[in-house]
Amino acid sequence: MIHCVLHDPADSVAVVVVEGVAAGATLTGLILDEDKTISLPCVQDIPLGHKVALKDMAVGDTVIKYGIDIGKVVAPIKKGQHAHVHNIKTKRW
Amino acid sequence: MQTKFWGYRRANGRVGVRNHVIILPVDDLSNAACEAVANNIKGTLAIPHPYGRLQFGADLDLHFSTLIGTGSNPNVAAVVVIGIEEQWTKRVVDAIAVTGKPVIGFGIELHGDHDTIMRASKVAKTFLQDASELHRVECSIDELWVSTKCGESDTTSGCGANPTVGDAFDKLYAAGSTLVFGETTELTGGEQIVAARCRDDKVRADFMRMFDRYQEVINRHKTSDLSDSQPTKGNIAGGLTTIEEKALGNIQKIGKTCMVDGVLDKAEIPAHPGLWFMDSSSAAAEMVTLCAASGYVVHFFPTGQGNVIGNPILPVIKICANPRTVRTMSEHVDVDTSGLLQRQITMSDAGDMLLDMMFRTANGRLTAAEALGHREFVLTRLYESA
Repeated sequence: MIHCVLHDPADSVAVVVVEGVAAGATLTGLILDEDKTISLPCVQDIPLGHKVALKDMAVGDTVIKYGIDIGKVVAPIKKGQHAHVHNIKTKRW
Repeated sequence: MQTKFWGYRRANGRVGVRNHVIILPVDDLSNAACEAVANNIKGTLAIPHPYGRLQFGADLDLHFSTLIGTGSNPNVAAVVVIGIEEQWTKRVVDAIAVTGKPVIGFGIELHGDHDTIMRASKVAKTFLQDASELHRVECSIDELWVSTKCGESDTTSGCGANPTVGDAFDKLYAAGSTLVFGETTELTGGEQIVAARCRDDKVRADFMRMFDRYQEVINRHKTSDLSDSQPTKGNIAGGLTTIEEKALGNIQKIGKTCMVDGVLDKAEIPAHPGLWFMDSSSAAAEMVTLCAASGYVVHFFPTGQGNVIGNPILPVIKICANPRTVRTMSEHVDVDTSGLLQRQITMSDAGDMLLDMMFRTANGRLTAAEALGHREFVLTRLYESA
């Protein structure tokens, strides 16, 4: 089963695509642009559609998805944690 | 790919895939009479809306071009226009008449609702019976105009539903169809990708001018970073975090190979085949209403969390790749591409599934939104009335 997908191998987050992803699970991630899979630990419960961090990120770091800048880190994020509005903000507006 | 479908060829040569007789109010005051006519003459369709009084300048021009474009759309066989007075009514009627389709107008003043409803109903009955004798003829894919706009997006939109539209757009573009996308502010963070896909420097400059103008509107009126509005609460519940992330998902709809051949103002009619960018709101019903007014006859609407929108005259095909939405809101989904996210189908398979549904819809199959009675018609306003 594919638990999460990412677009580009350089992405720092992946999208959870199944329900019931819970802390302690080992996730299989599909790299859409390369049709390859990766494996990563999940350390928090993450809802369907929400993002899991693929690496540790510090405040001020740029978050990469689709191989492109999607915003900045505003609270520290560990690999396998839930990455969303509580720790990422827009750089626009 | 299939290249033929069965459509209605209109007097001006354009091809429609529906055969509506519409009862079109010029203004809010005329909604009641229009709805009464549509109630009298079963099979006609009233298109009520809340505007049309004391507008002026560019806002009034857009009001007229949206109403005229709606009446002129080839999915419409004939039009009865009703307004509170005769002059603005005549302005709408005369412009729709250029298409060669049957159209008539009625002003309510000096007559009242009863007399207007009676006279309009008699004509509407004739229009409807005449339209019912029109037959579908074989048409070519390069005569089909297809629009796209997504809604209630989530992260599965960018991974699944939107690239499905992109794959279909690449194939339709190669086949010579006329295509459009828009949602100006929802390109924020990905505008350089769209700019790079523009056909030439003039198109690129026109696109960036429209993009920058809309950014100025946001910056002038905003009271926050818009994280309560764009992304929407629904987007955020679905996992989208920033406008940049939403925009990069949005842009998947224009595929990988087709070029942006030109830009359109709101409700403007494209001059030739290709992919067009229309400067437009990202609010679903506003954008889809503008696509219909520009003459598009089929709409691709990818959704993640489950937007239920339809349009009175434009069949709206819903594409969804979110397995939970497909399960919980199945009555709204026309094309399920959730298999993409489990590697069960390829992107080209997903695009072909959408194109298959597009041909079936063009041939007459009702979309989920049509079957469920979704007829959202929302006029874009530029500023306050006088």
